[in-house]
Amino acid sequence: MQHPMHHALFFHGETLHLMPSGALYWPARKTLTVSDLHLGKSERLARRGGALLPPYETQATLEKLDRDLDHTRAETVICLGDSFDDLAAPNGIGESSRLWLTRLMAGKSWTWITGNHDPGPIDLGGTHRAELRLLPFTFRHIAETAETAEISGHYHPKARLAGQSRPCFLADARRLILPAYGAYTGGLRCEDPVLTGLMAKDALAILTGPRVLAIPMPR
Amino acid sequence: MTTLPPALSDWFAAKGWTLHPHQFDMLAKANDPATLLIAPTGGGKTLAGFLPTLAELGPNPPAGLHTLYVSPLKALTADIRRNLGTPIEGAGLKIRVEDRTGDTSYIQRRRQRADPPHILLTTPESLALLLSYEDAPRIFAGLQRVIIDEIHALAESKRGDQLVLQIARLQSLNPHLRRIGLSATVENPPALARFLSPQTTILEADPGPDPDIQMLETEAPPPWSGGGGRYAIPAILNEVTRHKTTLIFHNTRAQAELFFHDLWLANTEDLPIGIHHGSLSREQRERVEQAMTAGALRAVVCTGSLDLGIDWGDVDLVIQVGAPKNVKRLVQRIGRANHRYNAPSKALLVPANRFEVVECQAALDAVHAHTLDGEPRGPGPRDVLCQHILATACAGPFDADQLYAEVITAGPYAHLTRPEFDACLDFTATGGYALKAYDRWQRLKQTYGKWHLRDPRAAALIRQNLGTIIDIETLKVRLRGHGAPLGEVEESFAASLTPGDTFLIGGQIVRYESLREMTVEVSKSPGRDPKVAVFNGTKFATSTLLTDRILQIFQQDSWPDLPAHTAWWLSLQREVSRLPDPHSLLLESFPHDGREHLVIYGFAGRNAQQTLGLLVTKQMEFQGLAPLGFVATDYATLIWGLDPVTDPKPLFDAGTLREGLDQWLSGNSVMKRTFRNTAIIAGLIERSHQGRRKTGRQATFSSDILYDTLRKYDPDHLLLQITREEALRGLIDFSRIEAMLTRVGPNITLIRRPRVTPLAAPLFFEPGRIPVHGEARDRLATAQAQALMEAAGLA
Repeated sequence: MQHPMHHALFFHGETLHLMPSGALYWPARKTLTVSDLHLGKSERLARRGGALLPPYETQATLEKLDRDLDHTRAETVICLGDSFDDLAAPNGIGESSRLWLTRLMAGKSWTWITGNHDPGPIDLGGTHRAELRLLPFTFRHIAETAETAEISGHYHPKARLAGQSRPCFLADARRLILPAYGAYTGGLRCEDPVLTGLMAKDALAILTGPRVLAIPMPR
Repeated sequence: MTTLPPALSDWFAAKGWTLHPHQFDMLAKANDPATLLIAPTGGGKTLAGFLPTLAELGPNPPAGLHTLYVSPLKALTADIRRNLGTPIEGAGLKIRVEDRTGDTSYIQRRRQRADPPHILLTTPESLALLLSYEDAPRIFAGLQRVIIDEIHALAESKRGDQLVLQIARLQSLNPHLRRIGLSATVENPPALARFLSPQTTILEADPGPDPDIQMLETEAPPPWSGGGGRYAIPAILNEVTRHKTTLIFHNTRAQAELFFHDLWLANTEDLPIGIHHGSLSREQRERVEQAMTAGALRAVVCTGSLDLGIDWGDVDLVIQVGAPKNVKRLVQRIGRANHRYNAPSKALLVPANRFEVVECQAALDAVHAHTLDGEPRGPGPRDVLCQHILATACAGPFDADQLYAEVITAGPYAHLTRPEFDACLDFTATGGYALKAYDRWQRLKQTYGKWHLRDPRAAALIRQNLGTIIDIETLKVRLRGHGAPLGEVEESFAASLTPGDTFLIGGQIVRYESLREMTVEVSKSPGRDPKVAVFNGTKFATSTLLTDRILQIFQQDSWPDLPAHTAWWLSLQREVSRLPDPHSLLLESFPHDGREHLVIYGFAGRNAQQTLGLLVTKQMEFQGLAPLGFVATDYATLIWGLDPVTDPKPLFDAGTLREGLDQWLSGNSVMKRTFRNTAIIAGLIERSHQGRRKTGRQATFSSDILYDTLRKYDPDHLLLQITREEALRGLIDFSRIEAMLTRVGPNITLIRRPRVTPLAAPLFFEPGRIPVHGEARDRLATAQAQALMEAAGLA
C-alpha cells in the first residue's frame, strides 16, 4: 500500500511533514511528534462511572502510532502532553498495552511532555519534561502568546471543508498547533475565539484525513 | 359441550341477543388445547373467546386467576374490561375482571399480585414483568386459559415471539393450560395456528359482505410529494359532516398531528373532532376514548393505536390518509367501520401524493380481489430469547435443560438448536468474549447446576428493560423566540445537523440554529432550497403484493380508473421515457443542477431500495463515478454524483452486489441502528436506568462504539450474528433485491435523457437523503481547498 501524502511545511528554516494521521515528522532530526493521545480514556470514564466506552481506543491509538513509527523510521519521539487521560491511566491501560508501548519506545529517544491531564511523572520509561527545546523549536503542551517557533497541542483543533469536519494542524509564522492524535477525542472548531485570538490572520489550517489539505484557517 | 351459566343465557335472551354459530363452536371446543378463531370485525369474536371462561367460572367462582387475556394494545384492554363488564354485571355473575398495563397504578399492580382477579387483561410487556417476579408461580397457580387477541398483529413482531415464550412458561406452570387465538385478518391460517400452539384447531367464521371502498375525489390534485394529505382537508371535512362518526387513519403520529392541526383550522363549523395516538398521554387518550364511546365525537384522527379491536359502536366511515403500504393493514382499518355483523364497511382512501394515487388504486384492486399480503417470518429472534432468559432468572434459579425443553415448544423457536440456546445463555451470563472483562455484563452464575442472577439487585434493572418495542426518539422543533413547536424530528436526524443547515418541516423551510434542552431551535429561512429534509414518512416498506400490482397498472394502455391528473402524468412519462414493467429493470440517467443523476426503478420496497442505493453507490465509487448521495422510496432509488453511469450491467451483477453487501454490512448506520435495537432487547444496553430514561442519542453513542468494538475484536459475537440476520430480513431486506434481480433477469435498460423525467421528478422532494462519503467528497474538498488558497493568494 502506498503511504498517504504528507503536507510539507517550511517553518523557521526547517522542513516539517504534516502527516494525514495527525503526527508531525521532522526529517532532519528524524523526530516524530504527536499530541493528545489520551491513552486510557475509556478506562478512566468507566472508573469514574461515566459513559461506558469499550477499552479498545488505546489499542487503536497505539496501532496508529506503530504504523507512523514504522513508516517514518523515527529515532526521536516527542509526545506533546495529555498522552494519558489521567495519572492513573498508565497503570489502567492493561498489561498488553503497556508492553506494546514499551516495545515502541525501545531504542528511541522518547520524551513525555506534561499536559493538563497528566501533570506529573508517569511510571514509564523515557524522559519527562514540562517543555523541550530542540533548536530552533520549543515543544510544549499549551501555546504561549508571546512565544515564537513553538510547537504545541492541547486544543484539538478541527476545521470544516466541503461539509465535513476534520482534525487539523494550525500554522502561522510563529507557531504550529497539532491536532489530537488519540481515538475518541473531541475537538475545538477553528472559529472559536480562543484559536482565532491565538493564530495570526494569515494562518493556515491543514486538515488531516484521507489526504492532507491546506486551507486558509476558517475564522 | 360446555354450557353457559343460566343467569348469563337469560340475560342474553332478555337483551334479545343470540349467539353466532362461531360463538357456539367456541363453547363446543372449550376443552381443545388450542383454538384459533378467525372471524370478521364486529362478529363478536372477543366475546366468543371469553364464552368458555364465563361458562367455566359460573355464577360463584372460587378466588384465583382463571383466564389471562393478552392484547397488543393498552386501549384494547380497557375497552374489553368495559365490554365484558356489561354481561357479567347484567347477569349478576361474581367474576372480577381487571386490566394491567403500563398505565395501571403501582398500588393496583401490587394488589393484583397479592390477590389476582378471575380474568386479567394485559399486554405482552406487562405479562413479561409479571412473570419475572419471584411469586409468579403462585400468581399463575390456577391459570386455566390464555386468550390472545389480534394474534396476527402480535405474530408479526418480536412482541409475539416474546409472548409465546411466556406462554410456554405458563404452560410449564400449568400443564392443562388451554390457548385461544383471535383474529380477523389472516393470510396464512396454518402458520398462525402453529404460532399459537403445536396442536391448534382452526375455526373460521362467515367472513361477511365485501367492504364499500373507494378513492376520495378531491378538487385539487394531490401534491407531487410528501405525506399527510392535507390538500384533501376540505373534501374530508365534507365527508365527516355527511357521516355519523369517521375515523381518519394516518400512517405516522407526526402526520396525524400535523393533519389534525390543519383540520382544526379548517373546521369552521366546530365539529367535535379528536385525536388519538400512542404518543399522547394516558389521560388524553382516555378522554377521547370515552367521548367516542359516548358518541360525542364526529371524527377521530388516529394512527395504528386504533387499528385493532376497539368497539367504537357507531363508526360508519373510515378514511385512510396516505397509501396503506400493506393490504392487510388496510383491511384491518376498514373493519373499524361498522361493527355490525353482516353489514358492509365503508371506507375512503386518500393518496397523499401523486405516486400514491397509483398505490391506492393497487390496494383497492387487491381488497376487491381478496388478496392479503404477508411475508413469512424467519425463526424466532435470539435477542428476544436472551431477554427471556434474563427475565426467567429474575423470577428464580432455573435449570438450563428444562428451560431449553420449554423454549422449543414455542412455535417460533421450534427449530432452535441446543448450541444456539447455549450461546444465548452464555451471552446473558458473561456478555460474550470481548466484553467478559466488564462486571456489569457478568449477570448469571451457575450454582449446584442451577442458573441464577449473580447479583440479585440486577433484577430491578432487567425488569425496567423488559419488552421488545423500541421507540424512535424524537425531538421537538421550535422557532427561536417563539413558543409553538413546528413538529418533531428523529433524534438521529437532529444529530446530523450543523448550524446553518436548512431543512423542511411542517411545510416551511427553516435554518438549524442550535439544540437546546432536547429542543431543536430553528429560524425561518424563506426562499432557500432545503439542503436536507425531515424524514417523516412511514417506515413500512410497501408489500410485494402492492408493488407487483403497481407494475401491472403501469402496463395498461390507458388508465380510466385513475384520476385524470395521474393518468396524464403516467402518459407523459411513457412519452418522454418509458414506464417500468415487471420483466425488466428500468434505469434513467440525466444531468440536473450540475450533478449527474441515476434513477433505479426497482419497486422492491423502501428498505431494499435503500440497500440498493448503498450497494450501487459503492460499486460506482469503485468505478470512479464519484457518487455523492442517494435517496430511496418504495419504488425507486435516486443517486447523484459527479460522473454519469454509462454501463449499468456491472453495477447490478447479483454476485458483485452480494460481495459488496458482506463488506458493507460491517460499517453502515443501518446496521448500527439494528444493533442498537438488538442490544437493547438482549439487555446489553439499557433503555432506562433507575427510572431515568436514557435519551436515544446517548444510547446510540455507546451502542455505536460497542458495535465497532465487537466487529473489530469479536466479529462472531452473538449480537452481531443476530444483527446480521435481522438486518438482512428487515431494514436491509436483501432478499427482496435478490427477488427483484431474479424477476428482471438480464433485462436492464438504461435510458439517457437531457433532463429530469416525469416519474423521477417527485424523488427530488423526497426526504431522507443519504450522503456517500468517498472519492467525490475528496474531489470536492480538494477543489474547494484549491479555490480557497487561490482566493487567498496562496496558490
